[in-house]
Amino acid sequence: MGFINFSKNEIQCKIVYYGPGFCGKTTNLQYIFSKMNDETKGQIVSIDTKGDRTLFFDFLSLNLGKIRGFDIRVQLYTVPGQVHYDTTRKLVLKGMDGVVFVADSLKRQRTRNIESLTNLAKNLAEKEINIRSIPLVIQYNKRDLEGTDSEILPINLLENDLNSTLEVPSFPASALKGIGVFETLRSIGKLVVKDVSRDIMVLDKQFKS
Amino acid sequence: MDIGVTTNHFEKINICLDQFISSTCAHSILLIDRSGQLIAHRGNRLKIDILSLSALTAANFGAVAEIARILGEEEFTLLFQKGMNENVYFSLIGEHVIMVTLFDNNASLGLIRLEIDKIINELSKILSCIFEKKMVPKSCLTQTF
Repeated sequence: MGFINFSKNEIQCKIVYYGPGFCGKTTNLQYIFSKMNDETKGQIVSIDTKGDRTLFFDFLSLNLGKIRGFDIRVQLYTVPGQVHYDTTRKLVLKGMDGVVFVADSLKRQRTRNIESLTNLAKNLAEKEINIRSIPLVIQYNKRDLEGTDSEILPINLLENDLNSTLEVPSFPASALKGIGVFETLRSIGKLVVKDVSRDIMVLDKQFKS
Repeated sequence: MDIGVTTNHFEKINICLDQFISSTCAHSILLIDRSGQLIAHRGNRLKIDILSLSALTAANFGAVAEIARILGEEEFTLLFQKGMNENVYFSLIGEHVIMVTLFDNNASLGLIRLEIDKIINELSKILSCIFEKKMVPKSCLTQTF
């Protein structure tokens, strides 16, 4: 649910990073925070446990500049990935305008990726939202492990598992090294702004009729 | 569907909030929606990170709503946090909006509660217009999109 303030010429959007536990959602936000100028970013807020697992969410507010006279303010959230935190994930999804699904490229996480994407679709369906109708981008994280002892899944297999029917933009990435992080953010940012603009056009037509 | 706040709505909200501040000695007040988006803020000590405060307030209210559900309540409509110098009073306005009142020990909690009851009706009318009708002014749209 984009929030358009005509008094301040500002659009606020909410983007949620979703994915299984330890896939790198928080690392994405930390990398974005470390590379953005102080003028364009707020503080990063994390509610986590001592074991580096996100308990509730991480939050980062960014100003993405102006589009057609409107300041675009984007709020990035992560969800806890662990299966038993489903209620928290539903709370964080409330009012979202777009989702980045962060998949873990590790071979042993293959089933968890699929379960997490299915969980996202289920939680959206409970809010009467079809996963195919929202701005969605998939990121295949931990590609830097390619060529190491860790067994990782090839991109075509990940695409087949997660994106064969959705057919959304997808990006190989290493959130730890910053590869693909801003490509992912730019892609979801564009989709969300386009979606919010389209909604405004619909409202305008309703108002005229 | 997106929510549009017109200049007219915004001015009406600000008048309400300014009146509330002057009658209670609260130092700052925020209106946020339940997904954590900041709608309006007034006051003289807003150098704090109000965007993070908005996100955390929405999350806090969401968590408390779950506690209410477990206890068989539909909702808890207010929360109060007391500190050494700073106090925060959260109150739900209708379905969608949370009002966050920040005040120090110079303000009276009783007076704040009394004035919140008065202001909620007026704010509810303006906010229901924003959230239920989801009306966007034609002039703004045709100029910008």
